Amino acid sequence: SKFCSFKPIYKPEQFSTNAIKTSKYNLFTFLPLNLFEQFQRIANAYFLFLLILQVIPAISSLSWFTTVVPLVLVLLVTAVKDASDDFFSRLIFVPFNRLRSEKWMDVQVGDIIKLENNKFVAADLLLLSSSEPLNLVYIETAELDGSTNLKVKQALTVTGEMGDCIEKLAAFNGEVHCEPPNNRLDKFTGTLTFRDQKYALDNERILLRGCTLRNTEWCFGLVIFAGPETKLMQNCGKTTFKRTSIDHLMNVLVLFIFGFLAFMCTVLAIGNGIWEFQEGSVFTAFLPRPDGVDASFSAFLTFWSYVIILNTVVPISLYVSVEIIRLGNSFYIDWDRKMYYPRSDTPAEARTTTLNEELGQIKYVFSDKTGTLTQNIMTFNKCSISGKSYGDVFNFAGQRLEITEKTEKVDFSYNPLADPKFSFHDHSLVEAVKLEAPEVHNFFRLLALCHTVMAEEKEEGNLLYQAQSPDEGALVTAARNFGFVFRSRTPETITIVEMGVQKSYELLAILDFNNVRKRMSVIVQSPEGKLSLYCKGADTIVYERLHPSCSKLMDVTTEHLNEFAGEGLRTLVLAHKNLDEDYFREWSTRHHMASTTLEDREERLDELYEEIEKDLLLLGATAIEDKLQDGVPQTIEQLSKANIKIWVLTGDKQETAENIGYSCNMLREEMTDVFIISADTPQEVHEELRKKMKPESEDEPTIIQRGILDKKSKMLPDETVDGEYGLVINGHSLAYALDKSLEQELLRTACMCKTVICCRVTPLQKAQVVELVKKYKQAVTLAIGDGANDVSMIKAAHIGVGISGQEGMQAVLSSDFSFAQFRYLQRLLLVHGRWSYLRMCKFLRYFFYKNFTFTFVHFWYAFFCGFSAQTVYDEWFITVYNLVYTALPVLGMSLFDQDVNDRWSVQFPQLYSPGQLNKYFSKTAFFKCVLHSCYSSLVLFFIPYAAMYDTVRDDGRDIADYQSFALLAQTCLLITVCVQLGLDTSYWTAVNQFFLWGSLAVYFAITFTMYSNGMYLIFTASFPFIGTARNSLNQPNVWLTILLTSILCVLPVVAYRFLLIQLCPTINDKVRVLRGTAPYLSLTRRQHPSPCAGCLNQVQRTRLSETLYLF
Amino acid sequence: MGKKVAGSGPCSRIPDNSAFKQQRLPAWSPSLTAETVLPFFYIIGLVCVLLGVALFLTVQKIQEIQVDYTTSGTCDACFEMRSNKMSASVKCRCSVDFSLKENFQEDVFLYYGLVNFHQNLRRYMDSRDDGQLVGRTTNLKNPSTYCEPFAYNNGTPIAPCGAIANSMFNDSFTLKYLPPTGGVVIVPFYRTGIAWYTDKNVKFRNPQIENELLPQVFQGTAQPFYWQKPVYELDPSDPNNNGFINEDFIVWMREAAFPSFKKLYGILNRQSKAIFEHGLPAGNYSVTISYNFPAQYFQGKKLVVLSTVSWFGGKNIFLPIAYIVTGGVILVVAVVLTVVYIKIGKKGLNMEE
Repeated sequence: SKFCSFKPIYKPEQFSTNAIKTSKYNLFTFLPLNLFEQFQRIANAYFLFLLILQVIPAISSLSWFTTVVPLVLVLLVTAVKDASDDFFSRLIFVPFNRLRSEKWMDVQVGDIIKLENNKFVAADLLLLSSSEPLNLVYIETAELDGSTNLKVKQALTVTGEMGDCIEKLAAFNGEVHCEPPNNRLDKFTGTLTFRDQKYALDNERILLRGCTLRNTEWCFGLVIFAGPETKLMQNCGKTTFKRTSIDHLMNVLVLFIFGFLAFMCTVLAIGNGIWEFQEGSVFTAFLPRPDGVDASFSAFLTFWSYVIILNTVVPISLYVSVEIIRLGNSFYIDWDRKMYYPRSDTPAEARTTTLNEELGQIKYVFSDKTGTLTQNIMTFNKCSISGKSYGDVFNFAGQRLEITEKTEKVDFSYNPLADPKFSFHDHSLVEAVKLEAPEVHNFFRLLALCHTVMAEEKEEGNLLYQAQSPDEGALVTAARNFGFVFRSRTPETITIVEMGVQKSYELLAILDFNNVRKRMSVIVQSPEGKLSLYCKGADTIVYERLHPSCSKLMDVTTEHLNEFAGEGLRTLVLAHKNLDEDYFREWSTRHHMASTTLEDREERLDELYEEIEKDLLLLGATAIEDKLQDGVPQTIEQLSKANIKIWVLTGDKQETAENIGYSCNMLREEMTDVFIISADTPQEVHEELRKKMKPESEDEPTIIQRGILDKKSKMLPDETVDGEYGLVINGHSLAYALDKSLEQELLRTACMCKTVICCRVTPLQKAQVVELVKKYKQAVTLAIGDGANDVSMIKAAHIGVGISGQEGMQAVLSSDFSFAQFRYLQRLLLVHGRWSYLRMCKFLRYFFYKNFTFTFVHFWYAFFCGFSAQTVYDEWFITVYNLVYTALPVLGMSLFDQDVNDRWSVQFPQLYSPGQLNKYFSKTAFFKCVLHSCYSSLVLFFIPYAAMYDTVRDDGRDIADYQSFALLAQTCLLITVCVQLGLDTSYWTAVNQFFLWGSLAVYFAITFTMYSNGMYLIFTASFPFIGTARNSLNQPNVWLTILLTSILCVLPVVAYRFLLIQLCPTINDKVRVLRGTAPYLSLTRRQHPSPCAGCLNQVQRTRLSETLYLF
Repeated sequence: MGKKVAGSGPCSRIPDNSAFKQQRLPAWSPSLTAETVLPFFYIIGLVCVLLGVALFLTVQKIQEIQVDYTTSGTCDACFEMRSNKMSASVKCRCSVDFSLKENFQEDVFLYYGLVNFHQNLRRYMDSRDDGQLVGRTTNLKNPSTYCEPFAYNNGTPIAPCGAIANSMFNDSFTLKYLPPTGGVVIVPFYRTGIAWYTDKNVKFRNPQIENELLPQVFQGTAQPFYWQKPVYELDPSDPNNNGFINEDFIVWMREAAFPSFKKLYGILNRQSKAIFEHGLPAGNYSVTISYNFPAQYFQGKKLVVLSTVSWFGGKNIFLPIAYIVTGGVILVVAVVLTVVYIKIGKKGLNMEE
C-alpha cells in the first residue's frame, strides 16, 4: 500500500497516473464514441446517407424503416461485439484491478510503494529494499513472457540499507534519470543520484508491472513508469493492422458494386425521363406532377429514388456477417482438442479473429528452427576438451555405436548431488574427470560458473535450476553431474561444489550475453585469490578472441565442431584466461564509470568488454542436442504436399541447419541438387545464384505489373524446373542477396527450389525475407516462431503464428494464432484454414447471389411501372429480408459447412490448393454470381408476371393486383434462395435444417401476422397488405407459379454442377466421390491403395501411423 | 490475450469434447451423384410435363372474350367527346356488338379492362389514405398529405382523397343478349360480391357516427374532382353498397400490378332468368356503355371482358405451356446428362489423379 511520496523533481502532472484505460469505452461514452466509430466505416456512412435521402419526400421510394431497422440492428450487433471485446480486454487486467483497484489508480510516478509476497507489481518500480538478505527479491514473470521461472532482482546496496524503516524511506531524497518509456522488457538504462553519488541502474533493479513477487516477504519500490508508460502496456499495442486478401477483394467489389448501382440507376432514370416525356405528361390528368417538376427533373429524382431501392446490392449486413463468421471460425480453433497440448496445458488460440480465411490460402511458410521445429529442450550430448572429443560410444572394434535406449549409461551415483534425469553414455569423460585432468576440470568449472542460472535448494541436496535459456540449463546440469555442482549464487558470489569440496567464488563482473556479442563472460576470484575470466560463446566469435598459441588446438576443435554441427547439435566454444590483479582493478573502475553513464552506455561497455575478452585460451566446445518436436517431418511433408513452400530461417550454423533440414525431410538425398550459397561478396553471390539454378534462363526476370490501379505491386511469375532442388544460404550471403539489386535474383532462384533454408539470419533479415516474398509474389505468407527474434517476422507476414514454448511469450503476444506444437500447423491450415476459406467463399458467393437476385427483380419491374421507383416487394419484406428471413440459414452454412471432414482434409493435402489459387472467390466468381443472379431474377420476375398479369382467382376476383403480385414475387424469391442455399450446403447438421425450415416458417408466420386484421387496425398506415396472404396463398395457380420459378432457378444449377463433376471434376469432387465409395478411411488404406501408395517409403509409412494416431 | 481463462490443475484448459466444439456434429452430406441427380431430373421432367398437360386441358375449357370498346362501335364519338375538355362532363352512351361462338358455361364474370393504365406508379399508389378508408373520422376530415393534390377542394377535405380514388373508373355497362328469335334480353349481373372479403369487411369501412346516416357522416367533405356524384351515392340501388364500402370503389382501389389489367365488374346472375341458368348462351350480344372514363389520358384501350373460371383461375395459357416446355427441356437435359454420365462419368475417366 502506498504511504509516502518520494519527492519527484518533476511535476507529477507530466506523468501518467496508474489508471490505465485498457478499455476504450465506459458506460457513458460508449454510445456516442461507438456510433462515431461505426459511422466512419464506409458502408455504415453510406446507409446514413440513404437514410437522409429517404427523408426527402420527393425521393423517398421506401419508408424510412426499411433502412432504419437494418441499420439499427447492424449497429446494435456491432456495438454489442465492440462492447464485449472491450469487456474482455477489461477482463484481462482483472488480476491487476482485483487488488485494491482504487489505490492502484492513484499510484503516480515518484511514489514509493510497498509490495508483499505473491502480489502483482503495480507499476514499473525501482527496487529500493527488500526483506531478503542482500536486498534480493524473487519474481515470476509469467504475465510478461509466460515463463514461470523465478527471476532474481536486487536492490542497490545504498537503498537497501533503508530496509523497511518508514522514516528513512520517507526522507529518501534522490534523483532518477532514465530512458523514455519503451517496450523493451529486457533492458533498462538509468542512474540514481543519491547523496551526491551516481549509481547505475539496469534491468536488475527494476520490477516491471505484471510480475508477481515470490518468496519475498516484502519489498519497497519507487514508481518509475506508471499506467500506459509501463513496459507491459507499451508492449500491448499491435503495430500493424492486418487485413485478408478477401477483405481487399471485397473492397474492390464494393466499389464495383457502387459503380454498377450508379449504372442501373442511370439507366432507370433515363427510362423514367423518356416515360415521363411520352406518357407521363398525358397521365398528369390522373396524377399531376408536383410544382416545378418536369420530365427531366423527375428523371433526376428517380435516380435517387432508385439508389434507395437498389441499395440492397451493397448489403449492409455483409460486413457484420463476415465478422460473425470469422469469430465463429476462430472459436473453433480455440476449441479444438486436437490442437491442445496436454503437457503444457495449452490449447490453440486464435488471437486475431479477422484472418481466418487467409489460413486457407497460405503459399509460403517461414519457420524458425529452435523451439519451433525443435523442442528447445536441450541435452548435453557431446563435448570436445582440449582436442579430445567425448560423447560417442565405441565397441571393442573401435566402431562407433548408435546410441539407443539400451546403451549403457554412465553411473553418476558417486556424486550425491547429481541430477538423476541426466544421462550420458561415454565413460571416458567420467574417467577424465576422476583423473583430475586440469583442462577437464577447468572446462566444467567454467560451465558451473559462467551462466545466469538460479539455483533453488528447497531441501538439502535437491537442487532445482531456473535457467533463462535451456542451453544454459543443460550445460550447468552437465557440470553438476560431472562433479562441478553449482549450488547457489548471490550477486557477489557463486558457490559451487567441486568434486565434493564446497568453494565460493567471488563474482566480480558479468559480461552479459546478447545477440550481437553472442558470448558471455564472468570474471571471478577463486577462494585462493586467483582472478580469472571465463567465456563461452559462438565459435566464430570466440575464435576471433583466442590467443595465437591455441591455433593447433583450434584446428582440432574446429574439426570436432563441424562434426557436432553435422549431427545437428548446437555448439558453444569455451575459453578462459587468468587476469592480472592490477589491470583488473583499473579496468573495473572504468567499467563502473561506463555503467553509470546515460549516453552511449552500451557502446562504451562493449568496448570495455572487447578489451578484456581477448587472448583467451581455448578450453573446448560443447554440443547440445535440441530434439525435433513430434511429427515435424510428417507435418512438413503434408504441407509440401499441399503445395505450401516452407522456408526455414534460423540463427543456427549452416551445418546444423542443413542437418535439421535432412532430419525434417526438407532436404532429401534423392534431391537433384542442394545448392549452398556462402559467398562473401555481392558479385560472387550473384554468380552463385545465377549459375547454379538455370544458367539458360533470361538475364532479366520478367516482372508482371499487376493491374492498372496499383502500379506499385509487381509480381514475379513462378518458374518451373525439372527435378527437385534445395537451397541453403547463409547469413553473409543473404545480406548481399537481400540488396535491391539482387533480391529478385534471390527470389527467382529460391522459388524454383523445393526447400529453402537460410541460416545465421538476424531477426531483421527474417522480416526482410518475408517482405521480399510478399512484395514480388502475390502469395499469402505465414511466419511461425517462438522466440523474441521471430517477432519481426511474425509481424511482417500475412499471418503470424506463435509457438508457446520454452522461450517465453514474446512471439505469442505478437502473433495472430498460437499453439504449443509445430505439428498443429498442419491442422490449422489443412483443416481450419481450408474450412474457413471455403465457408467464407461460399458465404460471399451466396450472399451476393441472394442480394443481387433480390435487387434485380426491382430493375425488371421498373419497365412495367413507368420507372417510377415502385418496389416489387412489400416494404416490410425489404426491411427484414436480409436480417430475418435469410440471415440464419446462410450463417448456419458458413459456420458448419464442411466439404469433407477433417480426416479427409488431412489425408488429401491437395485439397488445400484451390485456396492458394483463389479458386473459390475471385472477381470471376463474383461475375458468375452476378450472371447467375441476373438469370434468377429474370425467372423470378417474368414467370410470375406472365402467369399472373391477366388471370383471376378461382372465384373470379382480383389476383393480379399489386399486393398479391408483391407477395407472390417475394415468396418465389425466398423459396428460391432457400433452395439454392440447400444446394450449396454440403453438410446438413440439425442446426442447418432448423435454420432453413425455421426461416421459411418464420417468413410465413410473419407474413400472415403482418397481413392480419389486427395489425391493420392498429397500424393502418404501416400494414396496408391486409388480407393479401389469405386471399392469394390459397390459390393453386400461385403455388404452381412458385414451383415453376423454383424449378427453373435451381435445376440449371444442378445440371451445370453435375456436368462439371462429370467432365472436369475438381480435387474436391474426386475426394467426395472417393468418400462415397469408401466411408472408412482405414479400409481404404488396406483395400484400395491411395494414389501415392506406390511410393511409400519409410517416412511415409510412419506418417500414416502418425496420422492415425492423430485421429 | 482475450480468452485466457485461468484454471488450475493439469489439463484444466483442455477444450470441451462436445460435438459442436469439435465440429463433429452429426450431419447429412449429400452430393450430386448420378444416382440422385438423374432420377430426380427424370421425375421432375415427367411431373412438369404431366402437370402442364393437365393444366392445359383445364385452361382450354375456360372461355373468354375481350371486346375493345375504346373507339369501336359507336364509341368513337364518345371517345372524341371525352378528349375535348369542353364536353368532358356531357353524358355519352354508346354500344358495341359482339357474339359468343359457344356457350359460356356456369358462372360468367364481366370485367372491364384497361390497357396501359399505370395504376402502379409509385406516387399514384401512395396517393391514398387508408386511415380515411377504414372509417376513421379524424382522417375523414383531415386526409393524409399523401393525398395531395387531391386532399382538399378549396379547403374542404375530399373523401375519398387521393389520386387513385379521384381517377376511379366510372364507365358502366349494360349487357344485352340478342336471341336469334329476336328481342333483347338484358343480362342480369350481381354488382356485389366482386371484392375480396377482407377488403369489404376489414380494410374498407364507412365512418360511423351515432344516429347519423351516411350522407350526414360525409357532411363537410367534398367529392373527388372527377366524380359526378358523392361517395355515398355510388350505388343508388343498394344502400349497403355505398360510401367507402362500395365494391366498384374497393375493386378500383386494389391497384393493379401491371399497366394492363382487368377488374371485376359483375357476376352473372343465373337465378333471375332461366335462359342464363347454365351461363351465357352462344349468340349475339351488345354491350351498352355509359362512356365516362377518358382513354386518351393514358393512351391505352378500354375493354369489356367476359370470362368463365376454373379452379386454376382465369384463362391464362402461359403456365400450362411453361410447364410443358420446362418439363420437355428437363427431360432432354436428363437424357444428355445420362449420356455424359455413361460415356464419361461412370467409367471414372476424369477421376484419376
